[in-house]
Amino acid sequence: MTVTKEPELLPAPKAEDLAAALLETERPNRPSALSASLTFGWRAVLKIKHVPEQLFDVTAFPIMMILMFTYLFGGALAGSPGEYIQYLLPGITVTSVVMITMYTGVAVNTDIEKGVFDRFRTLPIWRPAPMVGYILGDLLRYVLASTTIMIVGLILGFRPGGGFVGVVLGVAVLVAFSFAFSWIWTMFGLLLRSEKSVMGVSMLVLFPLTFLSNVYVDPATMPGWLQPFVNVNPISKLVAAVRSLMAGGFDTDAMLWTLGYGVVFTVVFGAWTMRLYNRK
Amino acid sequence: MNAIETSGLVKVFGDTRAVDGVDLTVPAGAVYGLLGPNGAGKTTTVRLLATLLRPDDGEARVFGRDVRTDPDSVRQLVSLTGQYASVDEDLTGTENLILLGRLLGHTRVHARNRAAQLLEAFGLTDAAAKQVKHYSGGMRRRLDIAASILNTPKLLFLDEPTTGLDPRSRNQVWDIIRAIVAHGTTVLLTTQYLDEADQLASRIAVIDHGKVIAEGTKGELKASVGVGSVHLRLRDADQRPQAQQVLKRALDADVLLDSDPVALTARLTVRAHEQAAEALAQLAREGITVDTFSLGQPSLDEVFLALTDKTDKTDKKEAAA
Repeated sequence: MTVTKEPELLPAPKAEDLAAALLETERPNRPSALSASLTFGWRAVLKIKHVPEQLFDVTAFPIMMILMFTYLFGGALAGSPGEYIQYLLPGITVTSVVMITMYTGVAVNTDIEKGVFDRFRTLPIWRPAPMVGYILGDLLRYVLASTTIMIVGLILGFRPGGGFVGVVLGVAVLVAFSFAFSWIWTMFGLLLRSEKSVMGVSMLVLFPLTFLSNVYVDPATMPGWLQPFVNVNPISKLVAAVRSLMAGGFDTDAMLWTLGYGVVFTVVFGAWTMRLYNRK
Repeated sequence: MNAIETSGLVKVFGDTRAVDGVDLTVPAGAVYGLLGPNGAGKTTTVRLLATLLRPDDGEARVFGRDVRTDPDSVRQLVSLTGQYASVDEDLTGTENLILLGRLLGHTRVHARNRAAQLLEAFGLTDAAAKQVKHYSGGMRRRLDIAASILNTPKLLFLDEPTTGLDPRSRNQVWDIIRAIVAHGTTVLLTTQYLDEADQLASRIAVIDHGKVIAEGTKGELKASVGVGSVHLRLRDADQRPQAQQVLKRALDADVLLDSDPVALTARLTVRAHEQAAEALAQLAREGITVDTFSLGQPSLDEVFLALTDKTDKTDKKEAAA
C-alpha cells in the first residue's frame, strides 16, 4: 500500500456548492428494519468486492478438507474413498460452513476498533441492523463454500440420492442454521477484546462440536460415555438432517432438533449480542 | 431552546471519574467550544451526548430530549464526526456516502446523487472511486464531515476535527465548519488547540479533570485573567532579568518569563496604556533594545494555562492535606 501524501492539487471545498449541499432539508423517513439490514449486507458484499482474496477461506479451505479426509480415512473407515465420500460429503459440507461462521465474529471485532462503528451507533435505525447485516453478507460466503464442496464432491464420485433438489434443500437448511449459529460469534466479537481472542475461543467451540459428532464416523462405534454428547450435539442433528435431505429422505426428528437449536441460538445469542451492542 | 443542557453529568470508568459533574448550557445556532488538555473528559462528554455511552449520573438533554430515556429521538437530530475518522476505510468515498444515505432512508437514486453532490462540494470528486484507506488525513476528515451532513443535522459533534492536519487543510476544515453553522446547525467542537476555539467558537467551556473550570464568551474568559497584557521580545536574551525589573516597577504587575528566552509577558490588572508607553521609554533609557512590543487582551493560551495551572495547584494542595 502506498501512503498518499496530501496532494498539492486537492481542490479546496467550493463555497457555493457547499452552500447548495447544505440547503437540502429533505428528511426521508427512517428505513425499515429489513432495508437497513440489507444495506449493511450490501456493505459486507462491497468488502468482498474490494478484497476478493478473503474468499480463500470459503474455497481453498473446504477443498483441502474434503480431499484430506476422503483419502486419509476413506480406505480405513469405509473400504474405499469412493464409498466413504457418500457418507462424508454432507458432514464435511456442514463442518466447512460452520467453521467459517466464526469470521462473522472477527469482522465485528475488527470494526469495533474503528470509528465507523460509532457512526453506525448514532444513526436512527433499527438497532440490530448492523449485526444482521454482517450475517447476511456472510450468507453469500456460506453458499459459495457449499457450492465449491458440492462441485468437488461430484468430481470425486459423490452421487446424492436426492438429486439436485435434495442437495439444494440440504444446503438451504445448512445456510439457515448457520445464520442462527452466527449470533454466537457476533456476541463473542463484541465481548472479547481482540481479534486473536475471538479466533481462539471459536476454535475451542468449533473443534469439539464438529469432531465429536457424526460427521466422520458412525457414533455407534464410539465409547458409551461419549455417545450421549455426540447424539445431542447440534452439529450431529444438523448433519443428520442435511444427510437425509441429500439422500432423498426426510429425517423429521433431526429436522425438528435443528430447527429448535436454531431458534434457541437466535433468541439467546441474538439478545445477548444486542445487550452488549447497546452497552458498548 | 438550548441545543444542549446538562446538569451534574457523571461517567465513571473503573476508578477514573472521566466526567465528574459537568453542567453545560449550549445555545442553539453557533459553535460552542469544549476546550481542555488530553484526557480532560472532552471526548467522554461528547460520547455521552451522542448516545454512545450511558451516563452514570446526572441529566443531559439535546434540544429538550433526554439522552438517557429517549436516545432514539436524539439520534435523529445529531451527527458525530469522531476523533478517528468515522468512515469505512475499505469502501470508496462514494460507497461510504451511499451506504449512509441509504441508512438514513434515502432512495438508491437519491443517495447516489447526494453522494456525488457532497463529494463535489468537498473537492473530493477525483478521489470518489478510491478506497478511503488511500486518502490523506485532510481528505478523510472532509469525507467524514460530508457524511455527517448527509441529512443536515440540528447538532453536529466535531471531536478534534483538525488534529493531525497541516495548516492548509485545517483552514479548509474551518471554512467548512463556518459554512455549516451559517446554515443553522449548532456545532459542539472539542479541541485542544486554543487558536481553533478562538477562530470558531462564540462560547467556550474549559474542561479539566472531568469538570468545567470556566465558561463564557471568549471576551469574558480573557477578562477573567486580567484586563490585558504587555508582550515584549528583546534583541538580547541577557538583558531579560533587567527588563523584568524595569517592567515590574513601571507597571506594578506580575512579569512572567516566557519559554522563548527573549520574551516576557506582563499581566495587567488595570488599564494602563500610559504606563505601558512609559515603561517602553524607561527600557530605552536603560539601553535595552526591544524588538517587538504589543499591548492587548490576553490570548486564550494565557487563559487556558492560567486556568489549568490553578486546578493543578489545588489538586496538589488537596493531595498534601
